[in-house]
Amino acid sequence: MRLTQGTFSFLPDLTDEQIARQIEYCLDRGRAIAIEYTDDPHPRNTFWEMFGAPMFDLHDAAGIMQALAECRKAFPQYYIRITAFDSTHGVESITLAFIVNRPAHEPGFRLVRQEEPGRTVRYTVESYAVAAKPEGARY
Amino acid sequence: MTDNATRDAAAGPAAAAAASPAPTDGAGGSVASVLADTGVNELLRELDRDLIGLAPVKTRIREIAALLLVDRLRRSRGFSAGGPSLHMCFSGNPGTGKTTVAMRMAAILHRLGYIRKGHLVAVTRDDLVGQYIGHTAPKTKEVLKKAMGGVLFIDEAYYLFRPENERDYGQEAIEILLQVMENNRDDLVVILAGYKERMDRFFESNPGLSSRIAHHIDFPDYQTDELALIGERMLDAMHYRFDAESRIVFDDYLRRRMAQPHFANARSVRNALDRARLRHAYRLYAHPEVATSDESLTTIVAADLLASRVFSEGSAR
Repeated sequence: MRLTQGTFSFLPDLTDEQIARQIEYCLDRGRAIAIEYTDDPHPRNTFWEMFGAPMFDLHDAAGIMQALAECRKAFPQYYIRITAFDSTHGVESITLAFIVNRPAHEPGFRLVRQEEPGRTVRYTVESYAVAAKPEGARY
Repeated sequence: MTDNATRDAAAGPAAAAAASPAPTDGAGGSVASVLADTGVNELLRELDRDLIGLAPVKTRIREIAALLLVDRLRRSRGFSAGGPSLHMCFSGNPGTGKTTVAMRMAAILHRLGYIRKGHLVAVTRDDLVGQYIGHTAPKTKEVLKKAMGGVLFIDEAYYLFRPENERDYGQEAIEILLQVMENNRDDLVVILAGYKERMDRFFESNPGLSSRIAHHIDFPDYQTDELALIGERMLDAMHYRFDAESRIVFDDYLRRRMAQPHFANARSVRNALDRARLRHAYRLYAHPEVATSDESLTTIVAADLLASRVFSEGSAR
């Protein structure tokens, strides 16, 4: 099952050129780009690992694409996303995030139903990959 | 995802397309139209006006500008030759304007559409070379990433290579530099700068570097009249001026100073003027009873210059 999180996730995977154009767009607006990766892509897991510090000092997409290439090399089978941080006073948060790398095989999630008294059912989402293997060996 | 994110995403591609420099269409297609388009002429005129002397440097910049312009025209008609390599080496004596021109270069190349951002990252050995094993590569790569889309200016580049220490990490930095200069030619321009002889020796021991640099530009020493003009410009920028007498004394000063060792062209001029400012200030301070006028506050008189050691040593000899 294809993971759909963040912007553009219902589109076909972006090409490197398209990624660079999106990054360029963010940089033109003064956003700071960061690269994050994870092998636990639960929808509620908002805090992915950071690949280096946010690149506050880069002015051009080429440098970020290089960092992305390094990250892909180090974590080829992880989910990797690009985030753009807007430091404007009153915003001060991520304003754009999109996935730029995904594992070859994505087993997806299952719905766990927990019976409660009075025919209540509690639902929880569980990743097959995360449940099956420990961190680092999942994808 | 927030609303913000969706809005960003929607605007993304269109905005990116608008931001990139519009390729000139083949319809107009004359050199004149492209010239008008890029404002290069104005840029070159500015360069002529602001920088004194440096004829070979200006010629080369004009040539590069012409090449980039013609390339644009050719591209618009479907002739492609690939981007030219614009890595440069500025060599010349101290104070001949290498750094100043490098700063300009970033703006010029940006205006010509060769580099995307037009910022300049000025570094020296310290910023590239690490202190222990494995420290250099990430450090150099970090700097190179920062320079992407602009100009990387490496001042006193020969310090990167220390032949007397074969385990020096400088070599590693040079290798990474070479790789990026070759592979990311479209992304950044590297400018090396340094004193002539040491630069030559540096290239002798690093032939790979020398051959990857297309433009070796020599910065000639300034003539006396050029230095005098530079001095006037500097004073003007600081809101000072010479009077008729001090102007003559300053010419004399320059001639004497040029004959002495460790003359650093425009930098020496700047230092001389800074010292003259000191004396000018002290002269006013020593005579508090004299009313200060705009005139006296801005005028450097002959005595301010004549107190210089250059004159006393000249007469002693």
